[in-house]
Amino acid sequence: MRVDEKLALDAFKADKESHIKINNDICRTRCKIKYCLFVCPGHLYTYNEENNEVVVEFAGCLECGTCKIACIEGAIEWQYPKGEYGVQFRFG
Amino acid sequence: MEKIDVVIVGGGLSGLACAYRLADNDLQVIVLERGDFPGSKNVTGGRLYLEPIKPLIGDMLEGAPLERRVVRERWSLLGDNNSLNIDFTGERLRKTGHSYTVLRATLDRWLSERLMEKGVFVIPTKRVDDLIWEDKTVAGIVSGEEEIPAHVVVAADGVLSFMAEKAGLKPKMKPKNYAVGIKEIIELSEEKINDRFNVEKDEGCAHLFLGDVTKGMFGGGFLYTNKDTISLGIVIGIKALMERAPTIEAHTLLDDFKARYEIKRLIEGGNTIEYSAHVIPEGGYNTISKLYGDGILVTGDAAGFALNMGVTVRGMEFAIASGIIAAETILMARQKGDYSAQTLSSYEARLRETFVLKDMMNCKDMPEFLDNDAFFTYYPKYFPHFVEKVMWFGDQPKEKIGQTLWRELKSSGMMSFKRLKELYSIKNI
Repeated sequence: MRVDEKLALDAFKADKESHIKINNDICRTRCKIKYCLFVCPGHLYTYNEENNEVVVEFAGCLECGTCKIACIEGAIEWQYPKGEYGVQFRFG
Repeated sequence: MEKIDVVIVGGGLSGLACAYRLADNDLQVIVLERGDFPGSKNVTGGRLYLEPIKPLIGDMLEGAPLERRVVRERWSLLGDNNSLNIDFTGERLRKTGHSYTVLRATLDRWLSERLMEKGVFVIPTKRVDDLIWEDKTVAGIVSGEEEIPAHVVVAADGVLSFMAEKAGLKPKMKPKNYAVGIKEIIELSEEKINDRFNVEKDEGCAHLFLGDVTKGMFGGGFLYTNKDTISLGIVIGIKALMERAPTIEAHTLLDDFKARYEIKRLIEGGNTIEYSAHVIPEGGYNTISKLYGDGILVTGDAAGFALNMGVTVRGMEFAIASGIIAAETILMARQKGDYSAQTLSSYEARLRETFVLKDMMNCKDMPEFLDNDAFFTYYPKYFPHFVEKVMWFGDQPKEKIGQTLWRELKSSGMMSFKRLKELYSIKNI
């Protein structure tokens, strides 16, 4: 089962605005390894070569915060989605 | 604006336990939960040990929707292509409610409903954005457009605790002090679970895995049987994940784990019905946040109360106990009419008298001890290897078993000074 199929099992309510903001200036200048691309359990971060930027599909966020901790350069500004939005676990 | 008595940020187990202890005391208590209902943002492995909290909880968990009573404890060392298990059961486990598997969306929601029956306001879909300050004292919270002034705020907002951070009580989160747990809930009939795990109705199994499951990284796998689902997952140190070469996409670890022979048969025919992830404090005693300030207390995961003891992992009973002790501190502070840091400091003093800080203190050297590749590569590789050597009967006459074992122990380096030093050091943990 692919990770996007797994995410599709969960109940999400997506806000229009992302709760994760990426400062790509930092990604471009200071961050060599881009941990976010492989530490995220939802595999939501991708690198867009054309625009030389990191993008996140915030709507599938499991709200664990791993990316926030792993982004040691401080490019990821992360807060919880507003009340009513984000993932809603039925089992947990 | 008139102040209410207590605002609790977060409807997890510590926040709800705090509110439960405060109820029936003629206090105005509000619990704010950002999810649709308490539990909807929460994830556990997991299991809850009841004995440590029994003296504190009164009737709080009477009738609680616990999943199964754990009567079988298993540990596996996974090599690349073999494994070795320990399987423990005992009458004492079977006859007492020692520990139970739980699902948080069920348990936390149930507890919040009990609270509402007691007249506590549990308000869902409210994300708390900021603290209100009066000079250098916390004086309530801000949620969206709304301000709720309060005499005391309880930061029960989980491992990422933005409240403790805003209050300046929480140290910066470093990758080496946290792990990420990734879990699937797999649906399987009650009968199948009983059969496959060799347990009776309502009895359950807790199983931890070490070795190949994390490809040598700090962490392990876990499997807990619930009533008619299985919680299957992995935990990996965030620093270990960041530093691994070549890099591994975290989510693939769980797929590889599920594909292993040892797991495949256990979950066969089961449908995955939920996918979740959650960060876990792993730093132990030395990375606990400051626990109180003027007008604020920090409880549960927010404070860093979680304990990896190698053979088991604990968190929820620390959350419940710290929530209750926070409540008792608040009741005392209210009598004095003083919520200053000085008065609230008795929260920490009380925690030091209970298992919460005693157990964490006792295990303070554990994170350093466990930060050793040998536990995730060397031992899980060689213990199954020894068994394979001894138990293999080839086309040649069988060598004396003791001789085989002795040679393998020597050639694997198990008798080296380094290994003996490791063995010697277990007295410190």
